[in-house]
Amino acid sequence: MSDPVHVKDINEDIAWAKINADVLRSMKNPRLGYWIAIAVSIAALSVGVAGEVYQYNVGMGPAGLNTSHMWDLYISSFVFWIGMSHSGTLLSAILHIVHADWRKPIYRFAEAMTTFSLLTAGLFPILHLGRVWNMHWVVPYFSDRGIWPNFTSPLMWDAFAITTYLISSALFLFVGMIPDLAICRDNAASGWRLRLYTFLALGWRGDDRQWRNFRVTYLVIACFLIPLAVSVHSIVAMDFSMSIMPGWHVTTFPPYFVAGALYSGCAAIISLFLLLRYLMKFEEYMTFPILDKVCKLTFVIAMVWSYLNLIEFASVWYGHDIPAKEVLIAKASGPYSPFFWGMIAFGMVLPFSLLSKKIRRSLLLLFVISLLLNTGMWLERWMIVTPTLSLGFHPFAWNTMWPGWVEWGIELGSFGWFGLLFLIFVKVFPSVSMYEVKEMVYHRKHVVFDDVEAEIAKLYPIVDPKARGAAQTPDLGRP
Amino acid sequence: MSSLFGNFFANWDRYRKSIEDPGYRDYENMWAMAIDLGSCIGCNACSTACYAENNLATVGEDRFLARQSMGWMRVERYWDEPSLGASDPDSQERGGSFLPMMCQQCNAAPCEPVCPVGATYNNEGGLNAQIYNRCIGSRYCANNCPYRVRYFNFYSYDKDAWPAPLNRQLNPDISVRDKGVMEKCTFCIQRIRAAKDDAAREGRALRDGDVTTACQQTCPTQAIVFGDLQDPESRVRKAWDAHQVRLGTTEQKKTNPALRGYRVFEELNTESCVIYLERVRDTDV
Ligand code: SF4
Ligand code: SF4
Repeated sequence: MSDPVHVKDINEDIAWAKINADVLRSMKNPRLGYWIAIAVSIAALSVGVAGEVYQYNVGMGPAGLNTSHMWDLYISSFVFWIGMSHSGTLLSAILHIVHADWRKPIYRFAEAMTTFSLLTAGLFPILHLGRVWNMHWVVPYFSDRGIWPNFTSPLMWDAFAITTYLISSALFLFVGMIPDLAICRDNAASGWRLRLYTFLALGWRGDDRQWRNFRVTYLVIACFLIPLAVSVHSIVAMDFSMSIMPGWHVTTFPPYFVAGALYSGCAAIISLFLLLRYLMKFEEYMTFPILDKVCKLTFVIAMVWSYLNLIEFASVWYGHDIPAKEVLIAKASGPYSPFFWGMIAFGMVLPFSLLSKKIRRSLLLLFVISLLLNTGMWLERWMIVTPTLSLGFHPFAWNTMWPGWVEWGIELGSFGWFGLLFLIFVKVFPSVSMYEVKEMVYHRKHVVFDDVEAEIAKLYPIVDPKARGAAQTPDLGRP
Repeated sequence: MSSLFGNFFANWDRYRKSIEDPGYRDYENMWAMAIDLGSCIGCNACSTACYAENNLATVGEDRFLARQSMGWMRVERYWDEPSLGASDPDSQERGGSFLPMMCQQCNAAPCEPVCPVGATYNNEGGLNAQIYNRCIGSRYCANNCPYRVRYFNFYSYDKDAWPAPLNRQLNPDISVRDKGVMEKCTFCIQRIRAAKDDAAREGRALRDGDVTTACQQTCPTQAIVFGDLQDPESRVRKAWDAHQVRLGTTEQKKTNPALRGYRVFEELNTESCVIYLERVRDTDV
């Protein structure tokens, strides 16, 4: 305990008013850096929009796809963005349930990241359709034609899974934000902000009953989200593993994809953590000890992912399914080998650097590492999609491919779209959870930690319904 | 709802039949092919005929080189290992061998279950049919086809593939597909339909030879035989029987090793409806 950095997650002497003031300040008066980031995002998004408009008019040809490679960047980016969306659930839901206190200052932006990366991911299966204008045919709506989608297709499961996950995580984000929205409402002078927050705060006054309902709701959604998150990425994995293609038809894909999703999500949390810390001056809330814990978590998940990756290689190798083995060999030594070894280097080897305390505390280095980790994960997704299609069963169709400009443009556009949504979010909504940070400070100061349950029960007493009317709760004049 | 389940239970016997039982669905026909590689000379007449019959777009050189071509039938060319000890190690003394490859009309088609909108399905003729209007272009079917014989309309070809007056040679019996639609060989389903209609009009059953596919009709060496596998007298059935290839078996238990019939990727259990007869060569050349 001699190391002061590791003692406290957050300074316990922050005044509650200061927390409010700091977070509310972060939502106002964008600085130059913010405007530059917005401009870059819009520029990137425009490239993507231009690519999509062109593709819509002309067809999928300019995307660089061909008869062997019907899927490419669109699908790998889809998997990538879905993966990014898992960190929010991990950080919020799982850590909320296990009472990991340190998540409190940083979970809000992670949840926002979940929602926005899902909004990004959802675009790709749509954009990659040859006939985008008919995408609603995947939805089993009632029509007098009596035609239903094909329920055996993993692509249909995708549509269900993503929609459910998007709705639930948006709900989770919103519900968790209600007390903060009330603070925003009370501090907003006038104009659209006042109207927006008044609407969104749902009449929150912070009385006991509201807090209790809020706790229960939040916990229920958290419990619901965890299996959902696992199932969503498993279903994405089944897009591949349900096929017969060598290299895709692998039973370990679902857990492997889930681990990879958590991994890339954690890496993205580190990047955004550092970015927000710098841009919004959140030094007091996004502290080193918290960053340290996120890094350790990332390392652990990276190891799980590496293990599953090695298992996959081993089972392909020793399973001796010749075409699958061929794909594996081609990945490691064929034309895609630079990307394959890049994935190994960034995804499997680089996380070991997180073991060093020095690196964990060097902001710039950590930022670069987190970006590289995600590069590795991006390559991993691409390595799943493309080499398999290059080497299917039929040797006559073997070849390689390189995505065309439209695909790269839309890829770039997706980053712009995500960035734009995120940047708008941090200025419109509090990106640090005010009430939970206050709780954290309060707990640190006052609560004896070996009986958290009792403390919580004291803080939020559950009224015995039979004793209702015995004036347990003060009458606050509600109807 | 009740009628749905009622139907299900009433027909339980039909649904639970295993794949080993011949005729495990109520197929009206089982269209099939036998292609004799010994006769094939690789002239590409079949694929050309297919272009004309099925309104296939000619995509032009650039797109062809980008491997975005539309030929439903392609004649694949393979070379033997270079002759050992020859002065030029790359010399191909015996020439190439050819494999006409089109949709194998699998009965357990990997392309079918993965289509999100059910645009591709097994029809009553045992064909893997493709509903162009229904296709949304997700291309999963193409990825899951081990034979790589599904073709995607990467562009709209209506203008450049058939500039006037070429548009007048388009076959009116089949649509011209637009961008974003997946298409593939259907064993000239329009000809099958026409032949069935004719037979019905004349009040008789379909006879072997009533339907000829365009590739079969054009093949100068008669390498392609097409017909109904359910008709014991059809030529194609006789070819399948003679070479002891049977639907529903993974390993063809052939009594005579000299029998030449095989199906491509039989081990994948796709139940394809095309058999190839191996090429016979004089090994002493
Ligand atoms: S050959 Fe390919 S396209 Fe044809 S039925 Fe089989 S899997 Fe489908
Ligand atoms: S037309 Fe007949 S001989 Fe010519 S390539 Fe086709 S199958 Fe072979």
